[in-house]
Amino acid sequence: MKILTGNDLASGAVTWWAGSWWSRHVEDAVDVGEDGEAILQREDGARRVNAPYLIAAITTPEGPRPAHIKDRVRALGPTVRPDLTLKPADPQAGEWVI
Amino acid sequence: MYKYDQYDQAIVDARVEEFRDQVRRRLAGEITEDQFKPLRLMNGLYLQLHAYMLRVAIPYGTLDSRQMRMLAHIARKYDRDYGHFTTRQNIQYNWIKLEECPDLLAKLATVEMHAIQTSGNCIRNISSDQYAGAAADEIADPRPWAELLRQWSTFHPEFSYLPRKFKIAVIAADEARAAMRLHDIGIQLIERDGTLGAAFYVGGGMGRTPMIAPLIKDFVPAEDLLSYSEACLRVYNRHGRRDNIYKARIKILVHELGAEEYARQVEEEFAHVKALNIDPPAAELERIQAFFAPPPFDAADVELDRSDPDFAVWLDQNVKPHKQAGYAIVNISLKPLGGIPGDASSAQIDVMANLAERYSFDELRVTHAQNIVLPHVAKRDLYAVWQALAEAGLAEANLDLISDIIACPGLDYCSLANARSIPVAQKIARRFADPARQRDLGELKLKISGCINACGHHHAGHIGILGVDRKGTENYQLLLGGSGAEDASLGKITGPGFSEDGVVDAIERVTDKYVALRADGERFLDTYRRVGFEPFKEAIYG
Repeated sequence: MKILTGNDLASGAVTWWAGSWWSRHVEDAVDVGEDGEAILQREDGARRVNAPYLIAAITTPEGPRPAHIKDRVRALGPTVRPDLTLKPADPQAGEWVI
Repeated sequence: MYKYDQYDQAIVDARVEEFRDQVRRRLAGEITEDQFKPLRLMNGLYLQLHAYMLRVAIPYGTLDSRQMRMLAHIARKYDRDYGHFTTRQNIQYNWIKLEECPDLLAKLATVEMHAIQTSGNCIRNISSDQYAGAAADEIADPRPWAELLRQWSTFHPEFSYLPRKFKIAVIAADEARAAMRLHDIGIQLIERDGTLGAAFYVGGGMGRTPMIAPLIKDFVPAEDLLSYSEACLRVYNRHGRRDNIYKARIKILVHELGAEEYARQVEEEFAHVKALNIDPPAAELERIQAFFAPPPFDAADVELDRSDPDFAVWLDQNVKPHKQAGYAIVNISLKPLGGIPGDASSAQIDVMANLAERYSFDELRVTHAQNIVLPHVAKRDLYAVWQALAEAGLAEANLDLISDIIACPGLDYCSLANARSIPVAQKIARRFADPARQRDLGELKLKISGCINACGHHHAGHIGILGVDRKGTENYQLLLGGSGAEDASLGKITGPGFSEDGVVDAIERVTDKYVALRADGERFLDTYRRVGFEPFKEAIYG
């Protein structure tokens, strides 16, 4: 699957294309199939998100996850600060990307 | 400490307001990211993996308690309650919001700080010896000269668009504590026949093509220091490559021309520059030097009570002799066992500020090894300082030992990184957690970078680690034999890389071999240089 990601312009937060809006949770990311480039062009023009780009992703029981480690780190936060990940209550969150 | 004059303050304040307007226009959609990116980078604002990252300049690593408290305030109010001290003696914040950045910079400006020239192809923050003004072996205080270079390089119109970034270090002791020869220009103040001058080393650096800077001029009279620096930059600005980012640093130019020819061209340019009369008049230099006058030392020398064994260990490891009897230099390790090298919470930053104000004539230093220094502590106060540090989790007694690891932010934060650095540092620190074992291994500088850009100085580590991406998987190359000190050398790659756990095992095989081979009093680096690469390679790979 292919998903779209970028950083929110005002806050810099990592965001994921959720079909009609940008979510901060990778779980909300949707498979854009062959429409990725068109959405990128449109959203880049809207200027809500900084430098959005298309990445490969995989499906997991927790939802979509980026295929490459760099974007997996982006998705959940620094692996060395589980308190700053999106799942601070999950004891596995810090280990998730390894 | 230098204090801004009206010109310093005016240009920093004006830059804040200029950036505020640029941010407003970006948020309003009036300018594109392509237009905005170079503007934010000129103000130290990067976009990293998780958010905007702001790099704040700490000129030559020197700051006072008021500035340190402001850094803590920034961490609390605008970030996630911590900051990361870097190998460039700066601090970085990892979670900055663009919309809040102008207010943040305005607050920094109130304590004479900014983030200007912490990015871009310009002259970056000048680095220096963290023991400046306190070390017994310095022939002069290098900070007035670093300050002079700061003023000269700030918004220098000719050097705002160099072929690549440019880093200058100034030291004044034979013991090179600021990785001087791994800078674009390394300046060592020296004395000759009673006259102060400087040796110029030009064309060093790490990154993709590491080089140790050759000596290009053995003595430049101090009064010509700016003119000669300007000449060095002019030759680079004219001939440095702009067609290939990987060949754009001055080290490539000096290497390709040859140090002798580069020096000849600098001499030729120097003859022109000297006529421009840019060196400061004596009165201006004296004005700057007056800010760095020694503090009023008045503590009597005392015999230290070493009856507390933990305190005694910390004294031996983290406290260094001061040039003034009765005083000592305190190194605060930001490398607690299993912690993140260089990170400090806002509360810890406040504690260090308070200690500096009370015990160190209001001065702190940031080291390129990502630690903090209280440069002037009366010996009679050392126990109280140690107790306060211990209470704040800042009394790790591991300076220059294997767990005092330099590590870049790596793939946990940095968009350039290929592999994570911090978890590897943490695993190594845990593997060698036994303090007695660490002390038995002695001085062992371990440095980790998460990519070839070498922010973690892996080339200069006695043991270096370089993280690479091997088909989407993190992989770690091991290097041996580097040094950033006065005996500068570049590490040699041992062979095929390792997994995260594998590299920790490999390092233990290296240290075991060192223990087996060392002669009395030999550091790891000494043994490596004596016996050579092969015994260690054999130990690593069998």
